[in-house]
Amino acid sequence: MEKVCDAQIKGVSTGTTILAATFDGGVVIGSDSRASIGGEYVSSKTINKVIQVHDRVFCCMSGSLADAQAVTKAAKFHLALHSVQMETPPLVIAAATILKDLCYRNKEELQAGFITAGWDQKRGAQVYVVSLGGMLVSQPVTIGGSGSTYIYGYVDAKYKPDMSREECLQFAINALALAMGRDNVSGGVANLAVITESGVEHVVVPGNKLPTFHDD
Amino acid sequence: MSSIGTGYDLSASTFSPDGRVFQVEYAMKAVENSSTAIGIRCKDGIVFGVEKLVLSKLYEQGSNKRIFNIDRHVGMAVAGLLADARSLAEVAREEASNFRSNYGHDIPLKHLSDRVSMYVHAYTLYSAVRPFGCSFILGSYDKDDGPQLYMVDPSGISHGYWGCAIGKAKQAAKTEIEKLQMKEMTCRELVKEVAKIIYIVHDEVKDKAFELELSWVGEVTNGRHELVPKDLKEEAEKYAKDSLEEEDDSDEDNM
Repeated sequence: MEKVCDAQIKGVSTGTTILAATFDGGVVIGSDSRASIGGEYVSSKTINKVIQVHDRVFCCMSGSLADAQAVTKAAKFHLALHSVQMETPPLVIAAATILKDLCYRNKEELQAGFITAGWDQKRGAQVYVVSLGGMLVSQPVTIGGSGSTYIYGYVDAKYKPDMSREECLQFAINALALAMGRDNVSGGVANLAVITESGVEHVVVPGNKLPTFHDD
Repeated sequence: MSSIGTGYDLSASTFSPDGRVFQVEYAMKAVENSSTAIGIRCKDGIVFGVEKLVLSKLYEQGSNKRIFNIDRHVGMAVAGLLADARSLAEVAREEASNFRSNYGHDIPLKHLSDRVSMYVHAYTLYSAVRPFGCSFILGSYDKDDGPQLYMVDPSGISHGYWGCAIGKAKQAAKTEIEKLQMKEMTCRELVKEVAKIIYIVHDEVKDKAFELELSWVGEVTNGRHELVPKDLKEEAEKYAKDSLEEEDDSDEDNM
């Protein structure tokens, strides 16, 4: 929950660092785990911002956590029905479009943005950004939340398409660590998920095990 | 096989004692009165052929089309009451368009076929409306799922097919279709065979002039449903007419 004046000052990306990146054969999606109030109080150190909306499709939430949770719940329901009707796992773009429609049609009431990432049979690994107002864009790598401002340089310099799984996972962990190290409203543990054709692997890196960069 | 269901056939909301809904069966009879339409699936696409009877010399050529575009990648050939078919084509178009709007990608053909079948079926439940008097064949091509062919009849049932025929000469057309090895053919080869089948099943005595409508969708059209180009169509019609003459000649030899 942000006080209105804070939100107006910061722009509406609030208290979080989220990212997703494609590699050769899959995608890594991750976030920090801090929820804050007013930029002063940490209301939760271990909140989960990486939500599974289907077997091979995940979403990262940013903005108002209440709004984001409501939207992802609705999208999960919608996607489950859609997938059963189609008798096939849903395409990642279908999941992203459902989220986009929810964000766009309710833009007056909502304050939530998402990164949707996953793997499907047709187009392989994909990452989509659904912004606050309901824009939908596909990108190979993307970062979001207040902490993302501190790592644009790192991501631009270090991301390469078609990395190996280990390289990409390390890239994501490094990026999250750097952001969490500088952004006061991002922190806690790094929650990541690696999604490939064969399955999903959850990776959790506690705060004290994150990589350090010329620190202390 | 035809029987009159006196007393139990006045509305679609009534079953007969032997468990039939006569209104739906009568709707299927309406389809059987219409001229033939066929659709065949080959290894890299779908070809539709329709025998379009020309009832008057005053008609503009190419009017009263029986093959519709439902979406870029989906075509539909119809038989039966044309006005009913046109309204269903519009329903199918809206379904395909809404799907794209809601989910961001092309509608898979099985799903479209299921959705339109449900709509057709809804009109077989109530006495306030009559069932649709048309059957139609839907076909599409997608580079991952390949070619697909589905047929929907007035009862609201849909099946997937390698080849199917609807309309007055559907039995004769089915016999001809079964002779083909469609799984090994390409679209270009199939276009000629489809034209030939339409020419074979056309009854010269009862129905006079007809126009052949040919369309295809497949790898050869990059997944877009289009009318077969004029030169290929002329080649196919020539092949069809020549094959018919050959059969006539061979008949004479046998005598």
